[in-house]
Amino acid sequence: MGTETEYGIIAPGVADANATVLSTQVVNAYAATLREGLGNLAGTRWDYTDEAPLSDARGWQMSRSVADSSQLTDEPAVLTAEQVALVDQGGSDPSEEVAVLMNLVLGNGARLYVDHAHPEYSSPEVTNPLDVVRWDRAGDVVGQRAMARIAATPGFAPVVLYKNNTDSKSVSYGSHENYLVPRSVPFGRIAAALIPFFVTRQVMCGAGRVGLGSLNQQPGFQLSQRADFFENEVGLETTVRRPIINTRDEPHAVAEKYRRLHVIIGDANLSEVSNYLKLGTTSLILSLIENELVPIPEIAEPVRELQAVSHDPSLRHLVTLTDGRRVTALDVQEMYLEAARSAVDAQGGGDAQTADVLARWESLLGTLRRDPMEAARQVDWVAKLKVLQAYRDRDSLDWKDPRLALIDLQYADLRPDKGIYYRLAARNAMERLVSDDDVVAAVTDPPTDTRAYFRGRCISSFPKEVVGASWDSIIFELPSQRRLQRIQTREPLRGTAALTEALFAGSRTAEEFVLRLQGGPEPSMAP
Amino acid sequence: MATQDQRNTGSRPEEQDEATVDPAPAPGAGQSQDSSQTEGVDDLLDEIDGVLESNAEEFVRGFVQKGGQ
Repeated sequence: MGTETEYGIIAPGVADANATVLSTQVVNAYAATLREGLGNLAGTRWDYTDEAPLSDARGWQMSRSVADSSQLTDEPAVLTAEQVALVDQGGSDPSEEVAVLMNLVLGNGARLYVDHAHPEYSSPEVTNPLDVVRWDRAGDVVGQRAMARIAATPGFAPVVLYKNNTDSKSVSYGSHENYLVPRSVPFGRIAAALIPFFVTRQVMCGAGRVGLGSLNQQPGFQLSQRADFFENEVGLETTVRRPIINTRDEPHAVAEKYRRLHVIIGDANLSEVSNYLKLGTTSLILSLIENELVPIPEIAEPVRELQAVSHDPSLRHLVTLTDGRRVTALDVQEMYLEAARSAVDAQGGGDAQTADVLARWESLLGTLRRDPMEAARQVDWVAKLKVLQAYRDRDSLDWKDPRLALIDLQYADLRPDKGIYYRLAARNAMERLVSDDDVVAAVTDPPTDTRAYFRGRCISSFPKEVVGASWDSIIFELPSQRRLQRIQTREPLRGTAALTEALFAGSRTAEEFVLRLQGGPEPSMAP
Repeated sequence: MATQDQRNTGSRPEEQDEATVDPAPAPGAGQSQDSSQTEGVDDLLDEIDGVLESNAEEFVRGFVQKGGQ
C-alpha cells in the first residue's frame, strides 16, 4: 500500500504566480538539496511505458478523445520556455547548466513530481499502516526542505505548501491511497463492500473543513475536506464527476495477478492516528472482502449520505440503509469492526500491528460515541474544531468570520513554525506514532520489505547510470551498452532487502550490478 | 542547508501521554471548569494568535488553487 499527496501551493507575495511554475520550483529545489548532498544529478525521468490511466477496472478502456485532459497522466507535463526561465532563475550556481525537472524518483523509493498545478509526493510501497505513516510524513519533510531551499534562494519568492484538499472556493485536489488486491476478487464486490465504509470512515479520518458546499455556499463546519466534491458512486474520473469508488485499473504490478485499488475519497491527514487508521482499517476491510466475510450494510443514497455525515460533527446523523434501518456512521463503522475482529480472531489473532489497529479503531469509535471532542489528540477534524470553537468562544466569531477560514487553512500549513497542526503537536496535543528521527530516516531510506527497496537503492547507489524509473521498472544507461537496460519490477513484494541487499553490497559498479542481476545466481528481479 | 532543523522536536509524546492528557470534565460539571484547562486554552490561543497570518480576509481570498484530482 501507499499514499499520494497533492499539496496546495501558493507564493504569498506574488498574486499571479503560476501554480505549475511554483510546483516545478518545489521539485527543482528538492533536487538541488539532493545534488548538494550526493554531488550528483538526482533527476530521474519517469518511465511512462506501463501507465494506463484510462483502463477501467470494470473491464473496458476509456477513449482518449473523450477523456478529460487531466486524466492523461501518462504524458509528461511540459513547461513553456518562459516558465522554464522562471523556475531556473537565480539557480545556486550560474555556471552550471541544470535542466528543469518535472519529476524525481527519490532514494527512499518515492516519486516527487509536478502534477498539473500541484507538487505531488507518492510514497514508496509499504506493507503496513505504520510504515504508511512514516513514509507519508517523510513526504511532508521533503516539502519542508524544498520550501526552506526556495526561501533561502535569492530571487525567489517564498512558496508555502499546504497538506489539505481544497481552496474552499471551487477547487479540490486529492490525497490518494493505493492498495494491492488480488485480481481474482471481483471488482463489483470490492465496490459494494467499500462504499458504506468510505461514506462513514470520515468520522475517524476527516481533516475538517470550515464551510459547506463545493463552492463554500454555506457557513459551518464539516468533518471532511473532500465530501462535497463527490458526485458519483463508481467511475474512472478523478478530477470531474468524482466517484466514491475509482475504477482506474493501472496495476503497476503483474496485471494478471493483482489490481491496484486507487482510492480518491480520503482527506490528507496530518494526524498520525487518523492516517494510520485510514490505511489500517481499509486494508482490513479489503482482506474481509477477499475472504467474503464482509457485512454489506448497503446505503440507500451513498453520495447524499457522504455529505450528510460530513456535515454533522455531532455524529448523530442517521444514514438510511436499503433495508430500511436508520443508523449512525459510528454504527456502520462498528459493523465493519465486529466483522474484522471476528475474522482476525478466527485466524488466531493476527500480527501485533493488526491487533493494534483493531484496538485503536474500537477505542476511537468508543471515544467518538461518548463525546467526539474527546478525540482531539487523535483526529484531525476534532483537533481543528476544538481550536475553532475556542476562538468562537473567546472572540464571539460566527462561522463566516475569515479568521476561522484562516485557521482552517493554516492548520495544514507545512511550515513547522506556522502550521497549527505542528504547533499542537509540539505542545503534545496530538498523539504521535512515529518519532521525528524515524521520519527523517524515511526521507532517505526506502522500506526494506517491498520492491521500493530495490528502486531506492538503485537511485542512491547508481545515480548516474539510472536514467529512468517507474513503480515497475528501472532503466540503466551503461557506458558499455548501446541499448538502455530496462529492469522490470512487476512483483511488489520482491526486490526486498532480504533478496537484494547482498547484490548491492557485492557490486562495485552499475555494470557489475546489472550483469549479476541479469545473469547471476541471485534471484532475478523479473517476475 | 537551512532546512529541517526547525521541525518541532518537542517532547516525547508517548512517554508523557498519561501525565499531560487534558483532564476530561466530569459529566455534568458544566461551568465549573478546571482553571488549568482554561489557562491551557488561553495559552494555546495566544500562541496561535502569534503565528496566524495577518489580514485573514485577504490571505484566505488569495489562497486560490488550480485544478486537482
